[in-house]
Amino acid sequence: MDLNYGTEMEDFRQEVAQFLEDNWPLKGEEKDLPFEKAAAVFRERAIEQGYLYRSIPKEYGGSEQPPDVLKGQVIREEFGKRWAPLEARGIGTMMLVPTLLERGSEWQKEKFVRPTITGEITWCQGYSEPGSGSDLASLKTRGELVDGEWLINGQKIWTSGAHLADYMFCLVRTEPGAQKHAGISYLLIDMKQPGIDVRPLRMMTGSADFNEVFLNDVRTPEDWIVGKRGEGWLVSRTTLKYERNSIGAAQQTGAAFAGLVKLAKETKIGGRPAIEDETIRERLAVLEGYVKAHEYSGYRQLTKDSKREDAGIINMMMKLFSTEIGHQTAKLSMDLIGDEGLLSAGGAELGQRSSSAQGWIGQYMYSLGIAIAGGTANIQRNVIAERGLGLPRDAAADRSSGK
Amino acid sequence: MNFDLTEEQQMLQETVGQLLANECPVTRLREVFDSDTGFDESLWKGLGELGILGLNVPEDFGGAGLETLDLAVVAETMGYHAAPGPFLGHALAIEAIVSGGSEAQKKKWLPDLASGARIGAVAIADSDGGWASGHWKIEPGDQVSGTQSFATGGQHADLFVVGLAGGRLGVVDAEAAGFSRQSVDGADLTRRLVALEFDRTPCELLADDDAQAARRLHDVGCVLLAADAFGGSVRLLEMSVEYAKTREQFGVKIGHFQALKHQLASMALDVEPGRGLYWYAAYAQDHVADESERIAAVAKAHMTDRYMDVARNAVEAHGGIGFTWECDVQIWFKRAMFNRAFLGHPGEHRRRQAEMAGW
Ligand SMILES: Cc1cc2nc3c(=O)[nH]c(=O)nc-3n(C[C@H](O)[C@H](O)[C@H](O)COP(=O)(O)OP(=O)(O)OC[C@H]3O[C@@H](n4cnc5c(N)ncnc54)[C@H](O)[C@@H]3O)c2cc1C
Repeated sequence: MDLNYGTEMEDFRQEVAQFLEDNWPLKGEEKDLPFEKAAAVFRERAIEQGYLYRSIPKEYGGSEQPPDVLKGQVIREEFGKRWAPLEARGIGTMMLVPTLLERGSEWQKEKFVRPTITGEITWCQGYSEPGSGSDLASLKTRGELVDGEWLINGQKIWTSGAHLADYMFCLVRTEPGAQKHAGISYLLIDMKQPGIDVRPLRMMTGSADFNEVFLNDVRTPEDWIVGKRGEGWLVSRTTLKYERNSIGAAQQTGAAFAGLVKLAKETKIGGRPAIEDETIRERLAVLEGYVKAHEYSGYRQLTKDSKREDAGIINMMMKLFSTEIGHQTAKLSMDLIGDEGLLSAGGAELGQRSSSAQGWIGQYMYSLGIAIAGGTANIQRNVIAERGLGLPRDAAADRSSGK
Repeated sequence: MNFDLTEEQQMLQETVGQLLANECPVTRLREVFDSDTGFDESLWKGLGELGILGLNVPEDFGGAGLETLDLAVVAETMGYHAAPGPFLGHALAIEAIVSGGSEAQKKKWLPDLASGARIGAVAIADSDGGWASGHWKIEPGDQVSGTQSFATGGQHADLFVVGLAGGRLGVVDAEAAGFSRQSVDGADLTRRLVALEFDRTPCELLADDDAQAARRLHDVGCVLLAADAFGGSVRLLEMSVEYAKTREQFGVKIGHFQALKHQLASMALDVEPGRGLYWYAAYAQDHVADESERIAAVAKAHMTDRYMDVARNAVEAHGGIGFTWECDVQIWFKRAMFNRAFLGHPGEHRRRQAEMAGW
């Protein structure tokens, strides 16, 4: 155990602060660039310095630094102080990029990784279908190889950000005769083409972040496949692994908890700051126990990953653990905002953290969405019990997968 | 950054685990549990020979000179095996003398403690309730009079580090005049407690006079209880999973039933994430001064609470047999009770946690 506390970290903080002083906001002619462009330009420079995308190899646009949670923290804090753009946190960087790095072909990595991490292109995830949610491998969208191109027909649903995305990574049935899981391929699709019909679905929060996507003779080149034909299930598991155990999740629960403490300081109960209320203090302290456990589990996972060792059962737990913390955080925030709990979510968007009452109401609702997306809590418990603890597999699931 | 145990620490755990598995398998553990004294002399000797009893004694005084994290990983293994005996109080008595004793005092006591020739214990529970130094009432001096409840070491401890008014610590010999101890009817029969009475009993005050040693004793104690809680919960989870894989009802192994699977998964979720928390809390004692006290409180409150939850679920997962004296689960259940209450219950530590955060 060695966490590099001390002067080294202070020197590093100085260095980051100086870099920001010189580079953000952009200066000279670049001053007037629109935000998204400016952010992409800035990210390129921050990558050169080794401050962003530290786990991504240099050749694909990352800065390839040894893992260091504390440096990561210093970077986030200093960037945060100056509102400088951090890593683009879309589904593309969080899920597709790690999958491409592990399973993609050389040209795919070269073509897609860099623009994805700078935020130049964005992605959506086309997995769920109307009849295939938890039982994802039953999906029916078909892909046929016709004249060197995939021809895709079917429907996806709950597709977050499909209305904005440039591309979709998508699970498609390409081997109709094969056993359930073995018939699926992982394809990349250009969203800007005829045959794709994106229809927004309004969420309980009031905004429309997710969509139905109808695919009607949609085309994609033969080599826009990640892994081989019929390996899509395996490839998608890589992505899910990253979806479920990113260290970012632990940092987010920490940030949400800090926000909650701030809220408790700012709200009043019976004329006194809520933070002075015994019950609130106790509940915050209980919650902090989980938040800390989450944080250090993240540290441990990161170290294990960097040594290419298996962190074990914790890998299967991080999603459920963070969403359970999310529920507790959300509930406590509702108790703190009191009468303002009568308000709507005010159109809050997913992941947008706002300290207003309506922002917390948005979080209160979104904590449920996050618990459902990417595998529901029950499905996580099945995974922990079956793969983690080695308990017998569900008989129905076994039958339907042809085992 | 490296957030993991070293190879040496992993080996230490393995060695201690081997010794406990050989010397104190569950059959033997049950004998000690049901015995009058709760003390297994050959196990204590074995731990002494491996150097485990002096892990936190500096090398100059015959120990291994290791850190709190090393001690904590051993505590985890002890918790896993429900190792019976006075290890916890012994380690804490050493901790107090190392941080609060003069050179002469260290020389006088540490070598015998390090070898295990003498057994150390702590008496820091005020009779009116309260484990923190602010609660202690016995007047410090060359002679002390008063009572302490819930001291460690059972009838076997040779010397006690006693909490005194103003956060002073004194060392009292169990042979001294005016010293008496009464066994406490404790739930956890692996770690026996005694109530102490001092009547003008000779006492040697530790040199430390600004309650630093008392604080260190308290914080390291919290960390060791958290580590022990982690090891114990791991074991309870394993026992419950094992049972679900062997017991049959309705013609199948009960582990097929999703309700039980989810209960076990929830137990696992109470157990595994605590690993990094106790590591960090232990590491902080020697390396992150400004967080050490608070994170020890967080770890103690959180992990002993989880341990108790896991223990209750483990009983349920075993059905009727789980509720018997015969079932091993009760041994760990009672260790969970001990860990939760010893050094103050979770609510108390959460109050401190809130206070220290400046909430
Ligand atoms: C906010 C949000 C964003 C999303 N974004 C995307 C996206 O971008 N791309 C995408 O592809 N999908 C997305 N999803 C879809 C999400 O992955 C699915 O909703 C999820 O996998 C559950 O599938 P389902 O909705 O069909 O529910 P069902 O599978 O029908 O589940 C209904 C209930 O039954 C339970 N259940 C089902 N099977 C079992 C079982 N074997 N054991 C125990 N309980 C079971 C579930 O736990 C749940 O409580 C998103 C969902 C939400 C809420």
